[in-house]
Amino acid sequence: MYVAVKGGEKAIENAHAWMAEERRGSPDVEELSLPQIREQLGLAVNRVMAEGSMYDPDLAALAIKQARGDLIEAIFLIRAYRTTLPRFGCSCPVNTADMACDRRISATFKDAPGGQVLGPTFDYTHRLLDFKLAADGDVPLAPEGVPRQEATPHIMQFLKGEDLIQDEPETDAAPGDLTREPMEFPTTRPLRLQSLTRGDEGFVLGMAYSTQRGYARNHAFVGELRIGTVAVEMDIPELGFSIEIGDIELTECETVNQFKGSKTEPPQFTRGYGLVFGQSERKAIAMALVDRALRWKELGEDDQGAPAQDEEFVLSHSDNIQATGFLEHIKLPHYVDFQSELELIRKLRREAQDLAKSKGAAE
Amino acid sequence: MEQEKTPHWDRQAWMGVLARAPEDALLALWAQYDARPAFDWLRPPEVGGVMVRGRTGARGAPFNLGEMTVTRCSLVLQDGTVGHAYVQGRSKAKAEAAAAIDALMQTAAAPRVTKSVIEPLAHQRQAARTARAAKAAATKVEFFTMVRGEDQ
Amino acid sequence: MTAGSQFMGGFRDAPIDAAHAFRAAMTVMARPGEIRQLVGATPPTPLSVAAGTLLLTLCDPDTGVHLAGEFDTLQVREWLTFHTGAPIVKAPKADFAIGRWKDLMPLIEFRIGTPEYPDRSATVIVETPGLLPRGALLRGPGIKDTARLSLPDVPALQANARLYPLGCDFFFTCGDTIAALPRSTQIEAET
Repeated sequence: MYVAVKGGEKAIENAHAWMAEERRGSPDVEELSLPQIREQLGLAVNRVMAEGSMYDPDLAALAIKQARGDLIEAIFLIRAYRTTLPRFGCSCPVNTADMACDRRISATFKDAPGGQVLGPTFDYTHRLLDFKLAADGDVPLAPEGVPRQEATPHIMQFLKGEDLIQDEPETDAAPGDLTREPMEFPTTRPLRLQSLTRGDEGFVLGMAYSTQRGYARNHAFVGELRIGTVAVEMDIPELGFSIEIGDIELTECETVNQFKGSKTEPPQFTRGYGLVFGQSERKAIAMALVDRALRWKELGEDDQGAPAQDEEFVLSHSDNIQATGFLEHIKLPHYVDFQSELELIRKLRREAQDLAKSKGAAE
Repeated sequence: MEQEKTPHWDRQAWMGVLARAPEDALLALWAQYDARPAFDWLRPPEVGGVMVRGRTGARGAPFNLGEMTVTRCSLVLQDGTVGHAYVQGRSKAKAEAAAAIDALMQTAAAPRVTKSVIEPLAHQRQAARTARAAKAAATKVEFFTMVRGEDQ
Repeated sequence: MTAGSQFMGGFRDAPIDAAHAFRAAMTVMARPGEIRQLVGATPPTPLSVAAGTLLLTLCDPDTGVHLAGEFDTLQVREWLTFHTGAPIVKAPKADFAIGRWKDLMPLIEFRIGTPEYPDRSATVIVETPGLLPRGALLRGPGIKDTARLSLPDVPALQANARLYPLGCDFFFTCGDTIAALPRSTQIEAET
């Protein structure tokens, strides 16, 4: 029997009203402003921009406020907003060698030109709760040094001189865009990187960690990690030349991976690459490790059957909006589906009982 | 010799300064400019996205990183000069000011606009960048080689 | 043409004008043979008002446009680039093509889609000297019984329809009027 049901409008309306009230919290506490979220919860803002795939700190702050701090919900809001915007075009590829670096470290070369610049990092903190922050207090200004005027060169290029590292030939092939065309497998490295940079930080981290624990181990060192600001340049057709249309903050990670050589490639170092909106260091490193693991075929390595080597597995499950949409839909009404399941189980039960009865009678 | 003191700005450079300027800084300087021109819209301000691209391994094949918000508009002054703006963010007021300034920069008003808007914005940006670079420089590691026992 | 005039003639209120135009384009494609008015843009010659409005409505930086014959002028290129950002491409790469019928030949140059993605095909906009509910007899989805439309070349369009579910779709424009012929329509020559 099929019974169509309708209703719940009033309940939904009231639930939304209560949700809004809960979002505000106690009226005795001052309301959060968007600049407060943007300035003081900057890393949450960065994550929402990276996985929402839209660089706009004010919008990300709004989404975090609206989502009551649920970052996946905030990412969902940004993704939804993104689809309403006309696309004016694509930028020229950003030149990260020209980055104004806030942070730049290398685990492989101590004395790289430009040096080891720690930047505003959590590394070397003791991870002890700082109760001074519970009370409000003025923060002393950070010390200043002599600002570097020239660009900071990429460290990896020093290995290239000796021909010890796999080459990364520059091309200008227009990349596929998974927001426009559904991904087909096997895919390409540019599409994999687009998928990973907007993938869930936790998922990409877990995949990267699995390679470190031995599931397609690829012996990664962080050749270079840099965080800073780059200019975004775009060709403007009506002008006939390109202009800089903005500055964005990026985190870039290049890994150097040990490689014993394969049937097709000599022993050399290989590369993994991570590039993420905002200051998103964990994500950039994880992205580089997973990128490297997914390159096994191109480098002639063996398929070890590891999850991080399986691009269909990794890329189909890295998007937290797809994942949460499918996951959470099972809580919505499935009354009719379940009704038919119920009927089926009852029928099977009856048949099993009848069979047992007839067997008993026969004996 | 007023003009000698005003270095030449090409259009690419001033449009880049306008695109990246913080909204409040640009609007504050523009509000003080006393000869803001009348104009007609060719394309009223419109908020959209631009897909930002990176390169694999920083130097290889292009890939799509994600979008950024951009507002654009185009206008024409009474004398027929056309001004365009493509500016970062979602401020229509900022785009309008940037397009009007772009138009004026192609006219005889260029030296005045340069002095009162473009140069202050460029200086503000440079100062902000230098301040960050100075803080970064203070976090640069100075290594000391320790003398080890067995080497003595 | 004065300097900067390629920037004129766009939609006055892009979201509203484009929505009205899209509705008209969708309606004529859904009801083959129906002729509607389509206005909003003031394109440079030789583009008709209907064709110019359609281009502004359907094109963006992701859609390649092929300008056939006399439609490939600097003015048309600049106008289209400013208002839509669409790249100008050759026939085999086109998502949209615009021109007179003879300049759009041979049709075989255009993409007809693939069995997995029949939508990856060209939409051809044909500027015609006249657009009337007379001539070829049309049947198929969206047509109650039959409709008639003045078509430029019945055998070529019949051949396209035989490719279904692949093939091109057509808009016909004249002045400020528009009609359409999707690949799903069966065509019979006037007897």
